[in-house]
Amino acid sequence: MPRIIVEVMPKPEILDPQGKAIASALPHLGFTGFSGVRQGKRFELAVDGEITDEILESARTAATEMLSNPVIEDVISVRVDDEDAA
Amino acid sequence: MSTETPLIGDFHAAPGATPLGGARIGVVTFPGTLDDRDAARAVRLGGGTAVELWHGEESLQGVDAIVLPGGFSYGDYLRAGAIARFAPLMGRIIEAATATSGSRLPVLGICNGFQMLTESHLLPGSMVKNEHLKFLCKDQVLQVENTSTAWTSQFTQDELIAIPLKNQDGQYLADPDTLEALEAEGRVVFRYVGENPNGSRNAIAGITNETGNVVGLMPHPEHAVEAGYGPDDATGMRNGTDGLTIFTSVIASLAGGAQ
Repeated sequence: MPRIIVEVMPKPEILDPQGKAIASALPHLGFTGFSGVRQGKRFELAVDGEITDEILESARTAATEMLSNPVIEDVISVRVDDEDAA
Repeated sequence: MSTETPLIGDFHAAPGATPLGGARIGVVTFPGTLDDRDAARAVRLGGGTAVELWHGEESLQGVDAIVLPGGFSYGDYLRAGAIARFAPLMGRIIEAATATSGSRLPVLGICNGFQMLTESHLLPGSMVKNEHLKFLCKDQVLQVENTSTAWTSQFTQDELIAIPLKNQDGQYLADPDTLEALEAEGRVVFRYVGENPNGSRNAIAGITNETGNVVGLMPHPEHAVEAGYGPDDATGMRNGTDGLTIFTSVIASLAGGAQ
């Protein structure tokens, strides 16, 4: 089924407490060499049928108005998932 | 017997009529709301009539004010308060709170309700996880810095109050321009006293909108309305009732035709 991928990340200037906690836990499990972690969100929007420009535009609006909060988050990308096509 | 305060949990027993009785204050329940019954009880103890409202309804049933209580609406999925913001009743609340003609509906958002108000853009900024990442539950001292809102008119300026604070996403954030405007316009209503409990910018615990009818705060006034069940105070263990003044304030504001 065709999908649109929306990726949202906390704004760079905002401390990401979850990322910070993960970063501090990594070395305990032997994963050294990572100096920082930021945790974001990936949404997969399933579409019945073809992904038209209209649907993609609608996804962009949803990404801005609902899937992210512009005070604390940035929409990193809104794109058609092309894994199925490969 | 009829003048006694009803027992905790007795949701349908209303206290006797009071001089300011008659103000009808809606308390909205969303899926995952936890504190609606305490909020309704606080409304009654403050002298008002609590009106139960369900998030899926389209009508505000003519209430005089609205309380958005705390909890975890929709499991805090997406972001705290984010999905609740799109509930049908929230649309009506946003319209009534921002009405350009007539009086604007007083709205109080507590904890998750405050998060709904920021997600609805009725109040600026947003909440993220506490800086220390822990769920926090403690009695918190606040300073009341704005006594001109619909919900704080009966406090004295800079009064110190103690009410419970219990949340995980309680760290208030806003961009520097917004913070500057909030401070300059006196829109910080409640500020944490002592150690900043969650990393909130400028130790902000609660704010109001430009017209003073919408107030949001992270701590819980509805849990400090009844001696025996509130924070400790000078008169004894669990005797603190500082939160009650929020509810008597809005009823007085409504009675006085303020806002």
